[in-house]
Amino acid sequence: MRFTVVSFPGSNCDHDCVRVVEEVLGEQAALVRHTADDLDRPDVVLLPGGFSYGDYLRCGAIAARAPVMAAVRRFAEGGGPVLGICNGFQVLTECGLLPGALGRNAGLDFVCDDVWLTVEGRATPFTRGVRRDAPLRVPVAHHDGCYFADDATLARLEGEGQVVFRYVDAAGRSDATANPNGSRANIAGICNAAGNVVGMMPHPERCAEPLLGGVDGRLLFDAVRGVLS
Amino acid sequence: MTPTPPYTPEVIRQHGLTPDEYARLEALLGRAPTWPELGVFSVMWSEHCAYKSSRVHLRRLPTTGPRVIQGPGENAGVVDAGDGWAVVFKMESHNHPSFIEPLQGAATGVGGILRDVFTMGARPIALLNALRFGRPDHPRTPYLVKGVVGGIGGYGNCVGVPTVGGDASFDACYDGNILVNAFALGVARADRIFLGRAEGVGNPVFYVGSKTGRDGIHGATMASEEFGEGSEAKRPTVQVGDPFTEKLLIEASLEVMGADLLAGVQDMGAAGLTSSSCEMASRAGSGLVLELDRVPMRETGMTPYELLLSESQERMLMVCKRGREDELLAIVRRWGLDVCEVGRVTDSGRFVCRWHGDVVVDVPVGALVDEAPCYDRPRIEPPSPTPLADADLPPMADAGADLRALLATPTIGSKRWIYRQYDHMVQTGTVIRPGAGDAAVVRLPETQRGVAMSVDCNARYCALDPYAGAGLAVVESALNVACVGARPVAVTDCLNFASPERPEVMGTFAAAIDGIAAACAALETPVVSGNVSLYNETEGRGIHPTPMIGMVALMEDAAAAVGSGFPTDGLAVVVLGEAPPALGGSVWLGLRGDPLRGLPPRLDPAAARKVIDALLAAHAAGLVASAHDVSEGGLAVALAECTFAHGVGVAADLSAGEGPLPARLFGEAIGTVVVATADRDALLALAQRLGVTAWFVGPTGGDRVVITVDERRVVDAGVADLRAAWEAALPAVVAARGPL
Repeated sequence: MRFTVVSFPGSNCDHDCVRVVEEVLGEQAALVRHTADDLDRPDVVLLPGGFSYGDYLRCGAIAARAPVMAAVRRFAEGGGPVLGICNGFQVLTECGLLPGALGRNAGLDFVCDDVWLTVEGRATPFTRGVRRDAPLRVPVAHHDGCYFADDATLARLEGEGQVVFRYVDAAGRSDATANPNGSRANIAGICNAAGNVVGMMPHPERCAEPLLGGVDGRLLFDAVRGVLS
Repeated sequence: MTPTPPYTPEVIRQHGLTPDEYARLEALLGRAPTWPELGVFSVMWSEHCAYKSSRVHLRRLPTTGPRVIQGPGENAGVVDAGDGWAVVFKMESHNHPSFIEPLQGAATGVGGILRDVFTMGARPIALLNALRFGRPDHPRTPYLVKGVVGGIGGYGNCVGVPTVGGDASFDACYDGNILVNAFALGVARADRIFLGRAEGVGNPVFYVGSKTGRDGIHGATMASEEFGEGSEAKRPTVQVGDPFTEKLLIEASLEVMGADLLAGVQDMGAAGLTSSSCEMASRAGSGLVLELDRVPMRETGMTPYELLLSESQERMLMVCKRGREDELLAIVRRWGLDVCEVGRVTDSGRFVCRWHGDVVVDVPVGALVDEAPCYDRPRIEPPSPTPLADADLPPMADAGADLRALLATPTIGSKRWIYRQYDHMVQTGTVIRPGAGDAAVVRLPETQRGVAMSVDCNARYCALDPYAGAGLAVVESALNVACVGARPVAVTDCLNFASPERPEVMGTFAAAIDGIAAACAALETPVVSGNVSLYNETEGRGIHPTPMIGMVALMEDAAAAVGSGFPTDGLAVVVLGEAPPALGGSVWLGLRGDPLRGLPPRLDPAAARKVIDALLAAHAAGLVASAHDVSEGGLAVALAECTFAHGVGVAADLSAGEGPLPARLFGEAIGTVVVATADRDALLALAQRLGVTAWFVGPTGGDRVVITVDERRVVDAGVADLRAAWEAALPAVVAARGPL
């Protein structure tokens, strides 16, 4: 199985994604640059975290218009599984593959910490079979992770099962104290209407090995591998 | 209008040169310098670049050892990490700019130390920082804390290098002069280290990175003066950082180095183009000619003087192997960076700059570097500290209340408010996160090994006894890394002092060097890189001597690293080591007035070495469930801190201790470690075999911190209550609104 990791100037979690694919999953990874017009035969596309183009203008805004995104769009529209992590989530909202927007954290400071997430909504390629009875522990690291969508969009997302991750506490309660960034409805991740494009602020690639203090993130990578094989 | 010689005494003074130094400069040149030459000498002969007051003393530091691949003198130190890997690291100050403009000052400090590391061919994998702020209730402190932390985070987070640890404390001596010391560590193949040398006559010299602007001109000179009224007006001398460009520069530089295109490389740091050129030529014994009009410029109308002195950030000077120019250009342009051939390596031994064909600088490299002034400045021996009689100790009514008060001081309190703003996990190598252990641990890519790092210095000890205090900084940082299970191997230092022109300051500097040298020799941790920051004073008030130590340590198996918190109930808590508790300079004494009284902890590097060896033997035998060294706040604070991570309490009996009750609880016994173990007998036997005092104090368990002395329960407090006080300390400081 082949994972394509898209690298923009300023991406800094691209190699972390490659590492998980190659060394944890034992699958193939291709690193594709922002200027590419081809994604190099992917089964899965990962848009990694980082500060693409320095976060100048708005986070993800310039990357959303990079040449490689035409190929990402084609792959997504063809039903291919796409996961945008952190800055990758921002890129997906900026290019319109996912609804809503990500603004400055409500607390105004950058937040790097473990958070708890519930898996809910539709069964996406990255969440199919992942446990729903107990929350996952996954780190966040962002300055602009406050998810916003207008009331109508929010109602549609909730109604169609497009909210796939929500910030909760360790006991699974979703309230303001469990929300690290002021996101509406504690939303940590969503998918598109078809369910194949997923964006999330937390970093599953950072907790896929016991050495790093957690393995819940690995469940998402295992899920997509299970779906495709 | 370009000033021409003869220069007025005022112009010479503004260039940071004394009349004697200017006379020496003219004698070396055999003529008066041109205006750009005067600028070049001004920065190259500054304290910041020339180490003119410190060099005679730095020679006393041990700098060699079997693991040392590169000691001081290059951009960073290099140590063998095994299996063909090397770790490259350095610590550097950015104190003066951070006080004037905290956000950009701290950010560019991070950028600069990263460049020092990747310039050697190493990929940066960890950042730490050591911060010293003024008293918590000083009106400017909240602004400075928020600005510095925001600047460090903003830069490190964006370049994608995790900020994995550090140290922050507060003291009135830093009210007018905060300290921002940044540490960076990278990894490289041991046989692929790049040096800052302008090698190979005829090789082309390329300028790579951001365009040059007018920012930071005379930054090095500013960093070599004390502050006075009007320092705010120096804001234009502070550079502005662009971490996005730095990230591209890291990737482009490592790719160019990996393709073996370079004969030498150096970043442009303090004193910019001037110092990178001259230092590279000096190390190689070569010369350089630069065409200044080719330098990519951000603004129009820039002069040679400005181009030579600008400290614009994110710039590198690369000496390319002849014939490989096109490959270099292709790589750098692919990363979207400016690149331009600006000169050539010569064998003239001279630094020559032309401006549209006219020679504007032509000076011997040796005059700038080797002939730079070197002073053995007058010094006064620091006075010996006097013991504090038991009768002079302030009274202690309620030990539990004092414990809570100590935990609530921002110096001891949790640093979570700071490190939550730093991405400490990017690169997926962080094994011990900030706050989880006594030292940060990061795995070395492509191996099972780990590297542990700690930065430390207790300046109150140094103020009382600079020799002991400086040595204790080495001892404590070594104990920190040993607590997580790593063997200390080498040191980088950042020596922050007041004006060297005051003999009493110079006396403390010399004593601190001797203290570091003694401790490093005993622990076999040579000093492989470092930095000196002098003139940390405002209107004649100097900081305490603050010789910051960055300790680097290695472990075979990163997965074996342990944290500082008691992980479970039912473990035995053992104190290793017999360092006597000291109240001189302690935080407890500071609760009741001036802490600068009495004797600081005793420096005994040989005893510390035995404790470290025993601790590492215990780690190897699997006997350490958690470990935490005793430092500020003493044994009681250390025990309480161990309960916070997992909410596991402790019942400790300290009757076997010595001295008055405040000393037993809160005396700072540097050289002792609190270890939790599942096998008490085995740990005590191991300690006895290795000749180290070990003392069982009680079991872990419950949700309270209970301390008993002579059958009297002197502390009985809920873990949650103490932890709340400890966690509230720093947020309370930054919540205050102060003026800018």
